[in-house]
Amino acid sequence: MIRTLLSGDLPRSRALGVVLAVILIGLAAAPFIFPGTRALNVAAKVAVFILLVASYDLLLGYTGIVSFAHTMFFGIGGYGVAIAAAKLGPSWWNIALGVGVALVLSLALAFAIGLLSLRVRAIFFAMITLAVASFFQILASQLSAFTGGEDGLNFRLPELLRERLVAYYAVFGISLVLFLALLRVVNSPFGRVLLAVRENEFRAEALGYRTVVYRTVANCLGALLATAAGVLYAVWLRYTGPDTTLSFAIMIDLLLMVVIGGMGTMYGAAIGATLFVIAQNYLQDLMKLASDAAKGIPLLPDLLHPDRWLLWLGVLFIVCVYYFPSGIVGRLRR
Amino acid sequence: MSRVSELLELRGVNTHIGQYHILHGVDFAVAPNSLTMLLGRNGAGKTTCLRTIMGLWRASAGSIKFEQQDITRTPTPELARRGIAYVPENMGIFAGLTVRENLLLAARAGPLDEQRLERIFALFPAMKKFWQAFAGNLSGGQKQMLAISRAIVEPRKLLLVDEPTKGLAPAIIQAMIEAFRELKRETTLLVVEQNFHFARSLGDAVAVMDSGRIVHRGRMAELAADEALQQRLLGLSLDTHQ
Amino acid sequence: MKNWIPLALVPVIGLLALPLVPSTPTWVTLTVAGLAMGMMIFIMASGLTLVFGLMDVMNFAHGAFISVGAYAGASVLLAMKPAMQSQSFAGNLGAIVPAVLAAMALAGALGWFFERVVVRPVYGDHLKQILVTMGGLIVCEQLIHVVWGPDLIALPRPATLTGSFLIGDAAIERYRMLAVVVGLAVFAAMWLVLNRTRIGLLIRAGVENREMVESLGYRIRRLFVGVFVAGSALAGLGGVMWAMYQESLTAGMGMQVMVVIFIVIIIGGLGSVGGCFVGALLVGLLANYIGYVAPKLALGSNILLMVLILLWRPRGLYPVGK
Repeated sequence: MIRTLLSGDLPRSRALGVVLAVILIGLAAAPFIFPGTRALNVAAKVAVFILLVASYDLLLGYTGIVSFAHTMFFGIGGYGVAIAAAKLGPSWWNIALGVGVALVLSLALAFAIGLLSLRVRAIFFAMITLAVASFFQILASQLSAFTGGEDGLNFRLPELLRERLVAYYAVFGISLVLFLALLRVVNSPFGRVLLAVRENEFRAEALGYRTVVYRTVANCLGALLATAAGVLYAVWLRYTGPDTTLSFAIMIDLLLMVVIGGMGTMYGAAIGATLFVIAQNYLQDLMKLASDAAKGIPLLPDLLHPDRWLLWLGVLFIVCVYYFPSGIVGRLRR
Repeated sequence: MSRVSELLELRGVNTHIGQYHILHGVDFAVAPNSLTMLLGRNGAGKTTCLRTIMGLWRASAGSIKFEQQDITRTPTPELARRGIAYVPENMGIFAGLTVRENLLLAARAGPLDEQRLERIFALFPAMKKFWQAFAGNLSGGQKQMLAISRAIVEPRKLLLVDEPTKGLAPAIIQAMIEAFRELKRETTLLVVEQNFHFARSLGDAVAVMDSGRIVHRGRMAELAADEALQQRLLGLSLDTHQ
Repeated sequence: MKNWIPLALVPVIGLLALPLVPSTPTWVTLTVAGLAMGMMIFIMASGLTLVFGLMDVMNFAHGAFISVGAYAGASVLLAMKPAMQSQSFAGNLGAIVPAVLAAMALAGALGWFFERVVVRPVYGDHLKQILVTMGGLIVCEQLIHVVWGPDLIALPRPATLTGSFLIGDAAIERYRMLAVVVGLAVFAAMWLVLNRTRIGLLIRAGVENREMVESLGYRIRRLFVGVFVAGSALAGLGGVMWAMYQESLTAGMGMQVMVVIFIVIIIGGLGSVGGCFVGALLVGLLANYIGYVAPKLALGSNILLMVLILLWRPRGLYPVGK
């Protein structure tokens, strides 16, 4: 039964299986195991980012595309819900409308980007996605009447979702379902072709696969799922703004999560996202302790300063790219 | 095999490009002061052979010896310094540089040798005419002449040339034959060709490749005289390939 | 191969803006401002495009060299108060020259370290290059925080370079004039090296066809380090100039300007220094004209410019053959 649920993509390692089970149970029972709003916020963010990172892994790990526009789709999802709920009113109809518009917009953009740029070299594509995402960010902050500008949009949810517990399980549940769907996709014939294209595009073309088509489909699918993640995040926060969705810092966080977790494994997304969000919230406390303890030694307190947690993750990231391309998942599976 | 020491020797050379196994144990040798033609159908591995000798692609097995010294793992720039020149299939001229700059670059040792320059101008008058022109603006034939000029700006011991007549008009091919006859007198050449007429006019020795292996070795005169052999090896007859 | 149309675009944009800007003196001010901005962007971007053209390496950490150069230069400037406050230009140079040298030296050293340790293991693998250099960018930015603190640092300009002078009715900022001069000098120097020296010949040939240069007997790999370091030093120079232009520094300044730099080198054609120059001037001019005429559009204007140019020439203004 588990085999079918996971579409045949088993953890293949006791350690990995245990870690994943812990994450799953932790998220499923979060409201009961971890009391307090902060813990629940962390759990919800983990659930959202697992989906977001998994959708990015589809692009980076499975198709071999480096795109810097992923946070743009994340933002489109968030703004879709926010604008609909804030401007039209917090009803299910309006939310559905907002989500629908967001998905269509994402699909169109992903398609356009895919067709225009996937024919060119990887580096060109990366730079163009950077420019497009940057443009979108500017747009979002300039059209402030529409999007709330730098301050973002606060909005209210329909009755049912106002109960935090319900909202949490909606976010967790949908994220889980979409994650499992993604597992299904990467373990299907389509997924195998993606891997073949990533390994050796030349050969795949020679074998008759129109690689542009496959990569465009992957690009669109990744974008749609990122949009969904954006919707979930907005629903949880009851807020969307440029700093929660569109900022380049989030794009970098995504890169860190997917590489440290393990590219091309899907489970890497789960581990990377969990590790990152928890570190973001709790590691800093730890670092503060260490930093205070190191007072007096030159440079060390600054290196251990809680605001510098990104430094260490950056180093870990670089180490992973060189030595552990399959990240934590790869290490656990050894 | 004659007792005369060969200038270039390949033994059991294999080359893999990614997952593709292109050369399957290539064995042949090039005698000094001769012109060896490397013939074969498209995809037989002739270009791969030259590139492997030049170090642009790495041999996965076997050995390559130049002047009795092993050069299998020697990096490309070193090979050039030892006196091996390479003229690739797409000529490899620098389109954004002038003819003069192209030749200047090839004269690694220093400024252009006046005598050799005169020699080049005698062989290829067009080079003098287009001295300051951008190489990218030259015609196909002129580019090929530039490519060859570049290879002889300094004295070389071995010239590896990949399809010098590709895409050239018959009149220019004739000029090429004359030029190569001159070159033969001062250096050793290994030339890949599809044009059998060109090959027959100039080759002393010939090696034929098929599917990454050498399937025939011998004197050009013998091959030129044996139509049945030509048909078998190259799928052509003398008349059809002028 | 010289194509004059892209170069002509620069004065064309200038002329097009003339009717749109209400007064000619304002136009002059804006034009100088645009040229100054363009020059600084050119200095920052030229290294990146050359490295890419020659070595086929896209160094996303280039922004870190910019930031590091800026901080190194700024530290020197802030430490040399008397020279900065001197009322003579020569006196100011006493602070500016060491600052620039410090910026270029530190950025160049960082570049050397990067090429040897970070980039060399991943030659040929574009995916890993992008990831690893991005990682380097993050780590560098954080290290800047460690060494110089997380806060914004204010950087006043040297005394003789503050304020503006008048040409007729047009007010022209002194600093921007200097930036234009320096930019032209850098471009001229690069042009001379590329077109009149043997190394320049090698670089131009190598950008076109690396393999062939090796086949001619040149160990071009040795050139790589040199070009990488030179590009990094230029980034450092651009960084300290940009810092003086903005009169402030933040650790993220390099990363912020990277988007514009990418747009400029894409417009110019990857690998082309001349293209980078024209692209940078176009972007600088456009940003300033539109910033005056329609401020809301200003930020997105260079991206629109990039799209238009790519529609006209998909490989940039001066594509380099490969």
